[in-house]
Amino acid sequence: MSFVDGPKILPDAESDREKLDVESQSKRKGGWTQPLRDRWNLLPRPVQWLWLLIVVGMAYLLPVFNIPLLTTEPGNDWPLACFTMSSFALIAVGLNVVIGYAGLLDLGYVAFFAIGSYTAAMLTSPDSPYLHIPYLWTLPVAMGVAMFFGVVLGIPTLRLRGDYLAIVTLGFGEIVRILATIIPALKGQVGFQNVGHPPGVTAAGQPIFANSNGTPWYWMTLTIILIVMLLAGNLERSRVGRSWIAIREDEDAAEIMGVPTFKYKVWAFAIGAAVGGLSGAVFAGQVGFVNNQKFDVQTSILFVAAVVLGGAGNKVGAVLGGALVAYIPLRFTAIADYKYFIFGIALIIIMIFRPQGLIPARQRLLAYGRNAYQKIARKSASNGASTGSPPDTPAPPAQEGAAL
Amino acid sequence: MSDSTSAVSATPPELADIPLEVAEAAAPDREIAVEVGDNIMEIKNLTMKFGGLVALDDVSFNIKRGEILGLIGPNGAGKTTCFNAMTGVYKPTSGDVLLEGISLKGVKQHRITRRGLARTFQNIRLFGEMTALENVVVGLDARHRTSVIGALLRLPRHTREEKSAVERGMALLEFVGIADHAGTLSRHLPYGHQRRLEIARALATDPKVLCLDEPAAGFNPAEKEELMVLIRRIRADGYTVLLIEHDMRLVMGVTDRIVVLEFGKKLADDTPVAIRNDPRVVAAYLGEPDDEPA
Repeated sequence: MSFVDGPKILPDAESDREKLDVESQSKRKGGWTQPLRDRWNLLPRPVQWLWLLIVVGMAYLLPVFNIPLLTTEPGNDWPLACFTMSSFALIAVGLNVVIGYAGLLDLGYVAFFAIGSYTAAMLTSPDSPYLHIPYLWTLPVAMGVAMFFGVVLGIPTLRLRGDYLAIVTLGFGEIVRILATIIPALKGQVGFQNVGHPPGVTAAGQPIFANSNGTPWYWMTLTIILIVMLLAGNLERSRVGRSWIAIREDEDAAEIMGVPTFKYKVWAFAIGAAVGGLSGAVFAGQVGFVNNQKFDVQTSILFVAAVVLGGAGNKVGAVLGGALVAYIPLRFTAIADYKYFIFGIALIIIMIFRPQGLIPARQRLLAYGRNAYQKIARKSASNGASTGSPPDTPAPPAQEGAAL
Repeated sequence: MSDSTSAVSATPPELADIPLEVAEAAAPDREIAVEVGDNIMEIKNLTMKFGGLVALDDVSFNIKRGEILGLIGPNGAGKTTCFNAMTGVYKPTSGDVLLEGISLKGVKQHRITRRGLARTFQNIRLFGEMTALENVVVGLDARHRTSVIGALLRLPRHTREEKSAVERGMALLEFVGIADHAGTLSRHLPYGHQRRLEIARALATDPKVLCLDEPAAGFNPAEKEELMVLIRRIRADGYTVLLIEHDMRLVMGVTDRIVVLEFGKKLADDTPVAIRNDPRVVAAYLGEPDDEPA
């Protein structure tokens, strides 16, 4: 490039060469999904919506059809496995806001999951002496409580960066777990039984949202995921999303460009925590039992793995990563002793062949950018046609690797 | 400063080659407290110490509204330190920086930007994973007021600001001449375009004073020529420019006034012609061959 002094090629030839450099670079980056993604971006908006609708419909039908080879049975009940996958996916969507958008490595995310679980349990379980409210009301309460703790954790720690932040959040995760053990009101290993569930009974008098029946829980979680993804998408294509990505890319430059970085980092933490708390409450409701045993560091790392695996920064990727991280151990439970071995191998293979994650597509950060980009693409396409330039620049600088 | 007054009234020759609406969209009405030719920024007795090292020693100078001020000096003279102390990256050991008569001391960096002081970086610092247009819109966001809730629920203000952001962003990209690359990831842009994009992003924050930190570093003579045209065009559009630069031909060709630093002290403050003939400056700086590799 031109910042090296020395003999220069003619300016025109040079800029052409640079253009080629740039293009080949972007092609290499996209890998084998690039043509697919280009085609997706060229589809008109209604067609995209139609496809999404079909995919969502298929997702809702997932627990009903017990597809051979894909199923986790006989080792694990398939609808319940579907629910576990969906709750991991929800967690991954929330953690993706923190890690994927704002670039803050949070290794203690399980703390917010725990806070959500305990909130739901303590407000509904007969073992708890406190105020009891209907289960569905615990979802917003759990979000609020987790959000509060997110802000409490964020304000002192978000002055730290990178590795330091990761270590502090790791500590926070452990603090919450240990508090659950030593505070008597949280009942340690005994825990809370019979956590509430949404209302409704079947004709046979059984509750619809029974602990043994994963399907309705799966549908509820999937609906929540869709709503959260929609809202996360709104944030992404706004000032907030742009600020997060700017912070992730270069925090100092973002601050100098007028982004109140600290404020938006706290917001990222708070929003991530709220989704974590929500998924904790859902999980507590389905399992029906909460004690101090499942909120260890390992689980936190698993959550991070889900986001990284799916492609940090992409919410569809996060859903996929979360589902996969839950699915692999359940699928290979028949050879239980080796399940983490197989899981590890699968992770390594994916990281070798796809270090950018399963769906690395970048964020679209402008709510109304599509028209502007298409206008440029059309303009340069017609310019190219009129000057009769070689057809090596097909759909010129249309937006690169746009996301869902 | 006779030519800076004409910049506001009639269309100056620098703006002749771009559409009028682009020039207008790139420089909207701003409330600036001071008149053209008055001091918009004052640097008062600025001292910056790093441990025992005095990087800036009692430096004072003014920037007048509508001018292009050059800040030059040999390597290590304290140019970038001065820049960083002005823009809030460093806290000055003593002294003060005033923008429109109001002190910037202790003000957070993002607030300084909102007060109207924008800068580019010596080593390019774009947001690589964003397109060129998105980079510019981050700059525009400095003037936006959408809240997190507003964005979450897509309230009317969000819609309004997003729409105007795309329009103004495109106008700014056209202003610096890279509108065709609006959809390209900024890290895939050629070097020269990245420099221009940095300028567009800084302009997007609607600055009263635009600080360019060695914008010509790594440019060949033809590119430097184009950059000079762009800087003049920015001034003609109503901005005040502070330019740090190594390249003497560029500085002499484009600035109205030059401040020379050496070993952290101000050596001279005068017009380009006077600077060229100042024996102290010649001894300190211009005495060396001026075609040093950038």
